[in-house]
Amino acid sequence: MLKLNVNGKPANFDGDPATPILWVLRDHLDVTSPKFGCGMALCGACTVHLDGSPIRSCSTPVSAAVGKKITTIEGLPAKVGKALQDAWIAEEVPQCGYCQTGQMMSAAALITKNAKPSEAEIVAAMDGNICRCGTYSRIQKAVVRAGKSVAGAKA
Amino acid sequence: MKKHLLQDKLESSARRGFMKSTSALSGALVIGFNLPAAGAKAAEAPMLTNAWVKVDGKGAVTLICHRSEMGQGVYTSMPMLVAEELDVPLSSVKIEMAPSAPVYINAMLGGQITGGSTSVRDAWTKLREAGASARTVLVGAAADTWKVPASECTAANGVVMHKSGKKLAYGALVAKASTMKAPEKVALKDPKDWKIIGKNKARLDTPAKVYGKAQYGIDVKKPGMLIASLAQAPVIGGKVVKVNDAKAKALKGVVSVVQIPDGVAVLAKDFYTAKKGRDLLEIEWDNGPGANLDNLEIEAALRTASVNAGAIMRKDGAGIADMDKAASKIEAEYELPFLAHATLEPVNCTAEIINGECHVTGPIQFQQGAQYGVAAGVGMPPEKVFIHTTFLGGGYGRKLELDFQIQAAQIAKAVGKPVKLLWTREDDMMHDFYRPLSLHQMAAGLDAAGNVTTFHSKLISPSVTARAFPPVVQNGKDPFMAEGSENLTYKIPNIVVENVIHDTGIRVGYWRSVSNALNAFAVESFIDEIALAAKKDPVAFRMDMLKGDARSQNVLKLATEKAGWGKAATGRALGVAQMECYGTHSAVVAEVSMTKDGPKVHKVTAVVDCGIVVHPDQAHAQIESGILLGFSSGMKNSITFKNGVVEQTNFDNYPLLRMSETPVVDITFVSSSASPGGLGEVGVPLIMPAIANAVATLTGKRVRKLPLMSAFA
Repeated sequence: MLKLNVNGKPANFDGDPATPILWVLRDHLDVTSPKFGCGMALCGACTVHLDGSPIRSCSTPVSAAVGKKITTIEGLPAKVGKALQDAWIAEEVPQCGYCQTGQMMSAAALITKNAKPSEAEIVAAMDGNICRCGTYSRIQKAVVRAGKSVAGAKA
Repeated sequence: MKKHLLQDKLESSARRGFMKSTSALSGALVIGFNLPAAGAKAAEAPMLTNAWVKVDGKGAVTLICHRSEMGQGVYTSMPMLVAEELDVPLSSVKIEMAPSAPVYINAMLGGQITGGSTSVRDAWTKLREAGASARTVLVGAAADTWKVPASECTAANGVVMHKSGKKLAYGALVAKASTMKAPEKVALKDPKDWKIIGKNKARLDTPAKVYGKAQYGIDVKKPGMLIASLAQAPVIGGKVVKVNDAKAKALKGVVSVVQIPDGVAVLAKDFYTAKKGRDLLEIEWDNGPGANLDNLEIEAALRTASVNAGAIMRKDGAGIADMDKAASKIEAEYELPFLAHATLEPVNCTAEIINGECHVTGPIQFQQGAQYGVAAGVGMPPEKVFIHTTFLGGGYGRKLELDFQIQAAQIAKAVGKPVKLLWTREDDMMHDFYRPLSLHQMAAGLDAAGNVTTFHSKLISPSVTARAFPPVVQNGKDPFMAEGSENLTYKIPNIVVENVIHDTGIRVGYWRSVSNALNAFAVESFIDEIALAAKKDPVAFRMDMLKGDARSQNVLKLATEKAGWGKAATGRALGVAQMECYGTHSAVVAEVSMTKDGPKVHKVTAVVDCGIVVHPDQAHAQIESGILLGFSSGMKNSITFKNGVVEQTNFDNYPLLRMSETPVVDITFVSSSASPGGLGEVGVPLIMPAIANAVATLTGKRVRKLPLMSAFA
């Protein structure tokens, strides 16, 4: 039995410890916001945070999460989560929307550390997340907007 | 796509049997009200309903979205059309996805299909009338209540008002309205009175998508559900000869192993275990007739087929009879590869058979096809099969196909429990219905002044329609293969558009913008080659051949002006392309430089005339999305075969566009009062010819084969 912490709440998993975090979240704990895209850490649709750092949950075994905090879009600190969601809505970022929770988790890690990232810093932080609909220009605007919101809230 | 084409042809089709329901469509749509069956639910509150509108006694409004939401915004644009005429605020309505039903048939395609950039075009009058019909009845109910003429009443924001100042909310009128007859004719608003159409309304699906609450096919969960991973033959079309599932069954967590016609499914409570069990299967496959297919041979066979005379899709003037009499003749060949759809949400579907009913829930683009396909696949009557459409994590045509719904239902039937079938990325990449590869043989005859007098476009390619809707192809003519060539906008006296259907043995599917992307690459590259050979400016050359076509000339003029045609910075070049497709005119200019790794695209300028723009912000999003999909695929992607097996497996060897590679895209819409044209696919076809034209200008190197970057490897 593995003891996990998902979005601040305790959770148990008694399956194969090699099971990727993604499938523990989706199939055992009913947390479906992280998506399956490639299974090889190539697309970023499955991005969640492990102790605040973005990871590809499709390729990280759940055993690696023991003693750490798993965070999905639902469990982001309120200030950062709301800033991102408001910015994504204001910029009308999503089309099909499938990649967007993963995009937002990568963005959350970025703006938590650096609320006013340069364009190059945004690209560097977001380049592992594929959007097949091509919403990249709106994602960039939304990251800037969310960062400003977080910075403003800090001030 | 061609209006009424599939509808006409499918009447006689035997495929899947779904035409039985399309035959119920008589062209005119009946927007009647469905009254609750007498005594069925006596306690049920009155409800005013038609196919797109439900208003309950409390005034809550539900609008039905009858097209699949795969990013293109129908979840908002369809309700916008209804709400405009119903006079309800869009922000307060609830949206439900439509079931499979004849009333939702797309009259431009003849089935309940989301495709062909038809959603708004097909819905344009129909859905506004559905809203107006319900509003007219509600106004009538108010007038009747007040004993005043309906002409003295108006509606706004879900309230009917009389000129005296009396008001009644829609909810209060539902009981009376639901007993009234729908009007036979309704008047639609004057465009100057529109409050919703043409305005940037917030997308209704955005909050759910950014809160992680939107339900895609992959997110479906049913009580007692198992998750299936399906081993399919390495070569598409192969069959199981023998299977040893002992090791798979011995794996902890594997609940069941079942065989269906397409392969062997391993079931567990989670995907990881199901897939791990699947990897333990020992299967002997008969890879079938496709087992020897190699790409070089496929391409060679396509070339061999090019000597065949094709179906003549268009012939103007003397055709090509005088080609050899021309003062000069130019010829060129263009080639495009097979492509995978690669939606980010891999193919998946959930099915359960319960109480004699089969419920199929998933990312589906063709609801009736799914209904009839599943019925045939599990041996149930179609009326016992119910289709529930989730959000689609991308479609691009892949989810028009019926393979995955049938597989899910067959597995559910075999195991006797609800089943969610989920393909891996590798399954998805290697078992697609690929965009056809193509060979284009182009020829033009010019007079002494350099004017094109004869134009010949010959396409040799597999036909998607011949596979998917065989009766639509008559006398070797697949109308969808002529998209982007038959509708050539240039005024040339003698034209032949000729298509040779050549089945390569690889299954092919409709892929966002279908043949427009194939033909536009050939046509618009070739037009540039002719212009250069005739020593003419490519824009002036096109403008001259577009005389009398004001919309085409206008988008070309605006796009090239905005992009700074003739003023490219040192080391950069501009390339242009223009066309009409889906009833929309557009022109694209690409600004390109060369790096050590090959061409780099800095900026794309697009001008689009699609007539009335229903939802401007999302129209912009669709054009940008189409351009970037065309760019992503055209620069780097190809699907190739070795011994019948697809060589590409995942995003490492079939790379998709990333943020760092994305050019700036500048899009302008032309203001117009013409009826709406299509938008979802319009952006795709022109970007690659525009880039190839810029590369030729910049380097003198003409790339005639995609993916473009392979010319610089």
